[in-house]
Amino acid sequence: MDTMKTIDARGLSCPQPVLMTQGALKGLKTGTVEVLVDTSASRENVSRFAGKSGWTVTVEDRPDGSFRLLLKK
Amino acid sequence: MSAISRFITSRWGLIVVGAVIGVLAPVLVKLGNPGNMGICMVCFDRDIAGALGLHRASVVQYIRPEIIGCLLGALVAALSFREFKPRTGSAPLVRFFLGMLAVFGALVFLGCPWRSYLRLSGGDWNAIPGIIGLVAGIGIGILFLKAGFSLGRSRPAPKAMGWVMPVVMVILLVMLIAAPQFGRDANGNPTGPIFFSTTGPGSQHAPLIIAIVVGLVIGFLAQRSRFCTVGAVRDAILLKDSRLLYGVLALIVAAFFTNLTLGQFTPGFEKQPVAHTDTLWNFGGMVLAGLAFTLAGGCPGRQLFLAGEGDGDAAMFVSGMIVGAGFAHNFSIASSTSGTGAFGPVTVIVGVVICIIIGLTMREPKGA
Repeated sequence: MDTMKTIDARGLSCPQPVLMTQGALKGLKTGTVEVLVDTSASRENVSRFAGKSGWTVTVEDRPDGSFRLLLKK
Repeated sequence: MSAISRFITSRWGLIVVGAVIGVLAPVLVKLGNPGNMGICMVCFDRDIAGALGLHRASVVQYIRPEIIGCLLGALVAALSFREFKPRTGSAPLVRFFLGMLAVFGALVFLGCPWRSYLRLSGGDWNAIPGIIGLVAGIGIGILFLKAGFSLGRSRPAPKAMGWVMPVVMVILLVMLIAAPQFGRDANGNPTGPIFFSTTGPGSQHAPLIIAIVVGLVIGFLAQRSRFCTVGAVRDAILLKDSRLLYGVLALIVAAFFTNLTLGQFTPGFEKQPVAHTDTLWNFGGMVLAGLAFTLAGGCPGRQLFLAGEGDGDAAMFVSGMIVGAGFAHNFSIASSTSGTGAFGPVTVIVGVVICIIIGLTMREPKGA
């Protein structure tokens, strides 16, 4: 079964959300990783990092103004 | 994300933003700002501290409109793109002190990272040990980041809190224009509350309207592009992402050619404007500054732009910089053109030790 990791990086400023994502993706060949961030800069940085690492990223705007990033490979 | 947002945060977008800043800064020098000081976030905060009477170094007192413009420009950008998100709670007190320490280090060198690059592009080779020190300081900061250093999480705050810094900037603008004077002492010198230099770097400034418009443009572009002169080096080393670094390189190249065109390129070590030739402490000062900026998450410009988009923690850092600049002159920490201040070197050493303690001890509380 596809287990989903969740990284809650809300409230953290860059580069921490990217570092947390980096840690979560390390050694992971396939799967789904959910990353929660709350600034546009973090959304862009995590998306860019994951994209460069070969993961497809879908971004969902949440009602509280934060973002849910789904990283899939 | 819109196409414009995608472009401006791309490598080419950052190159454009860096080049625009690189052209505008030397133009401000041409129009009256001190040499190689078209934009200096630290020097300008120091001048503001002086204008408010937080220090009495009479040659560096002026309310710099560029600072006001940068913060308000970032505010406009954040509001326009729905990124105005007031937040606070990520170790504000520590950030205040990091702002103080960063300014101490930068005033030993005589310039923030922005000015270190601008000094280089104007031919001031004393900037080279400064930039090497900056990179070294960022490198030390990266070691802490890798080891799990964190100032903790911020929380969303009421909208009103995000307006505090913009209102402060508007008040500063009113003070700049009105320049109230309550009287004169027995020697005929103004007693404040607002002090403006009549000689020295503080007396040199581009026309207000131009300075504030340039600030607004830089603030707007930098907020959109996330331009950061410290993040540039940090991301290139830590994340192998050189996008921001291209922005900084574009700034240096554009400023070099603009200086050349305007006759402002004077290569050498001696007699450089608002600079000294003490290589060791040009290096040491920027080690402290680079480390403090990295622990706080960005260069002084970035802190100002974040404050404009409602980040109360970045606002605390900016406040720490202004208060720290007052201390830097009152306690003979800041350098002058003749060399380091009496307590500059020792403050750098103590400051680095404090930053190391912060780097080792600040971790996100478990279960947060």
